[in-house]
Amino acid sequence: MQLPPALHARLAGAPGSAEPLPVERDPAARTAPFRFAPRPVRFPREHDFFEEGDVQRHLYLQDVLTQVGGAPERPRVPEFTCQVAGCCQVFDALEDYEHHYHTLHRNVCSFCKRAFPSGHLLDTHILEWHDSLFQILAERQDMYQCLVEGCTEKFRTSRDRKEHLVMRHLYPVDFRFDKPRKSRGPVMPGAAEQVLAEAPGDDGVPSEVDAMEVCSEHVEPPPAPAGERRAYSHREMELVSFSCPRTVAQNLA
Amino acid sequence: MWSRQRGRLKPLCCGVEELRCRRREREAALRKARREQQLVSKRLLRDEALEEAEEGCVAMIFGEAEIQQFLRLAQRGTEEKEREGALVSLRRGLQRPETQQTFIRLEGSIRTLVGLLTSNQALLQLEAARCLHELSHSEQSAVVEACLPATSYLLTYLSGHSSDFIELCLYTLGNLIVESEAVRRQLLPQGIVPALAACIQSPHLTVLEALGYALSQLLQAKEAPEKIIPSVLGSTLPQHMLQLLQPGPKLNLGVAVEFAWCLHYIICSQVNNALLITQGALSTLGLLLLDLAGAVQRTEDAGLELLACPVFRCLSNLLTEAAAEAVGGQLQLRDERVVAALFILLQFLLQKQPSLLPEGLWLLNNLTANSPSFCTSLLSLDLIEPLLHLLSVSNVVSVLVLTVLCNVAEKGPAYCQRLWPGPLLSSLLDTLAFSDTEVVGQSLELLQLLFLYQPGAAQAFLQQSGLQALQRHEEVAQLQDRVHALQQTALHG
Repeated sequence: MQLPPALHARLAGAPGSAEPLPVERDPAARTAPFRFAPRPVRFPREHDFFEEGDVQRHLYLQDVLTQVGGAPERPRVPEFTCQVAGCCQVFDALEDYEHHYHTLHRNVCSFCKRAFPSGHLLDTHILEWHDSLFQILAERQDMYQCLVEGCTEKFRTSRDRKEHLVMRHLYPVDFRFDKPRKSRGPVMPGAAEQVLAEAPGDDGVPSEVDAMEVCSEHVEPPPAPAGERRAYSHREMELVSFSCPRTVAQNLA
Repeated sequence: MWSRQRGRLKPLCCGVEELRCRRREREAALRKARREQQLVSKRLLRDEALEEAEEGCVAMIFGEAEIQQFLRLAQRGTEEKEREGALVSLRRGLQRPETQQTFIRLEGSIRTLVGLLTSNQALLQLEAARCLHELSHSEQSAVVEACLPATSYLLTYLSGHSSDFIELCLYTLGNLIVESEAVRRQLLPQGIVPALAACIQSPHLTVLEALGYALSQLLQAKEAPEKIIPSVLGSTLPQHMLQLLQPGPKLNLGVAVEFAWCLHYIICSQVNNALLITQGALSTLGLLLLDLAGAVQRTEDAGLELLACPVFRCLSNLLTEAAAEAVGGQLQLRDERVVAALFILLQFLLQKQPSLLPEGLWLLNNLTANSPSFCTSLLSLDLIEPLLHLLSVSNVVSVLVLTVLCNVAEKGPAYCQRLWPGPLLSSLLDTLAFSDTEVVGQSLELLQLLFLYQPGAAQAFLQQSGLQALQRHEEVAQLQDRVHALQQTALHG
C-alpha cells in the first residue's frame, strides 16, 4: 500500500481542514432498489466485530501477567543503614529500603509513633487521638469520619463508625486500622506527666494487642535503655532534640 | 516521545517454531472463549504451559505440618532473614494447587497471612502479599475466595507510597475482580472505585500500568454497565485516564494501552458518553491518534497496534454520539491530519496485523459518513488509490473500503468527478468478480452513484465488459434488483 509522499508532510504540518467540495445530491440516488445511505456505525460491547482485537489484547495480557508476582531480581548495593533516627535496619537493595521507609517512617504519628499505611489514615488518627478540640466537638456533633475514601458519612462515636464500616462497606470486624482509643482522657502535649506515669503497654505506646504489629516483640524502636522507653509527648520531642541529653523528668522541671 | 518501561518479557527457553505453534494454540483458545463470551476468565489470564517451562524447578507440594511450620517461623522467628525465608518457601509452595488447598483448609492460616500482610515488618509484608497474589491466581474459587478477608487491606494500601507493594496489591485485586460477581459485590462497597481514583495519581509507571489492568478487568465485568461504570464515571477516574492518554514526553505505551482499553469498555457500554465528550475525550484521542501515526513512522516498536486498536474503537463509537456533533466545531474533529494519521496506521497494520484493518476502516467510515470536509480530504490527499489497494485483503475489508468510497461518491458530482477516471473502474470490475454477496452489493451501490453523478461512467463501464461482470449475479436474490437496474441504466442511460 503506497502512500503519497506528501502525506507524511501533511501529518507533520499545521492543523487544518479541507475546504469541502459542494455537496449536491440527486434524489434518484437513494431510490429503490438502491439503499445506500452514509451513516456512522456503532458497535456494542459483545459484538463479533471486536473478536479479533479482543483476542490480540488477551494474548498480550497473558504475556504480561505471566511475569507478574515473582520476586524480581534486585540489583544489590553495598549495605547501608536506614537514616531515620533510632532505626537500625540494614539493606542491600534500594527497593527494599523504599518499602521499609514507606511502611515504617513515612506516615508516622509524632505523638505516639504509630505508623500508618497512608496519609489519610494518619490524619484521621491524629485528629481522633491527639486533638483535644476534636474531643470537645465530638460531644455535640458527628465527628467520626468514615474511613473509606469517598464516603462522607460521619458518626457520633467510633463504635457507630465501626458498625457502618462493617455493615455498609463490608469491612472486617477487626479491621486493624480502626482501633478505638482506650485511654480515659485525651492525649495532649500538656498532659506529659500523665503519659509518663503510664507504663508501656497502655494507651500511647504500641502494645501487644495493637494490631499494627503482629509480633510486638519485634518492634523496631531504638535500642534505648528500658527506663527511657516511654512515650514522649509531642512537645517534649522538641526539647530533647535541642538540648543535651537529660532525663525527661529534668526537662519537665 | 514514547518512554518504554523496562522490558517485562524474559528470554524463553523454547525454540521459535515451538513458540509460534504455542501462540497459535493460545489464539485459538482465546477465540473460542470470546465466542462463548468467556474471555474474562481466570484460566486464560496466565499461560500455564509457558510458566511451567520457565520454572527451573517445579514447586513442591507442602503438607499441613510444613505449612504450619512456615507460618510459625514467619510469625515468631527470631532472625529477620529466617522469617522472610519461611514466607518465600511458602510462596513457592503456593504455586501448586494442592498446597493452596491444604493452606486454605488449615485453621487460622489466612488470618496469620493477613496479620503478616498488615505487620510493620516491611519485607514480611511484601512476601505475604506475594503469597496472597499466588492464591488469587488460582482457578479454584474456594482458594480465591479465601483471600477475601484481605481485600479491605489491599484497598487501604493503595493509598500508600511503596510502589512495588502497591503494584502487587493491584495485580492481586485484578485477579480477585475477575473471579466472580460475588467477589466484586464485596469490593464495590469496600470502596474500590474511590481507592483506584486516589491511586491513579501515583507518579509510578508500574503502579499505573497495574491499576489500568485492574480497572480494565473491573470494567469488563458483565454487570459493569449497570453496577460499576456509573460510579466510575462519577469519580475523577475518567479525567485522570484522559490525562494519561495525552501525547507528550511523559506518554508511556504500557500505561496508555491499559487506559485506552478501560476507555473502550466504558464507551462501548454506552452509559454516559456525552460526559466523556465534555471532558475532552474526542480531542485527546484525536491528538493521540496523530501521535501514534508519528510513532509508527519512527520506530518498529512492537506493540503500537495494541494501542491503535482501542483508540480506533473509542473514536469510532464516540463519533456516533449526538454530543459529538455539537463539538464538531472543534478543530480536532475537522483536522484532516486525522485522516492522514489514519492512513499511515492502516499501512502499518497491513504489514503488522492485517486482522485489525477492519477496525481502522470502521473509524474511516465514521469520519467520512457525514463529513464533506473529510471526504474532500480523501480526494485532495490522494488517498483513493491506497484505499483501493486494500480491496484484496479480505471480504470484510473490501466491504468497508467500498462503503467509504460510497460515502464520498454519494455527496454528488463534484466528488465523483474527482474519483474519475483512474483505477476505480477496474477495481470495481474486480470486486464484481467476488462471490461474496455483501462485497458485490456494495460495489453495485457505488456503481449506481457513479452512473448517476459522473457522465461517461456508464459508457466506460460498458466498454470494459461491465455487463458480463454483472451477468453472473443476475440470479442472486439480494442482488437481482440492483443488477437489473444497473443494466438498464448502462444500456439506456
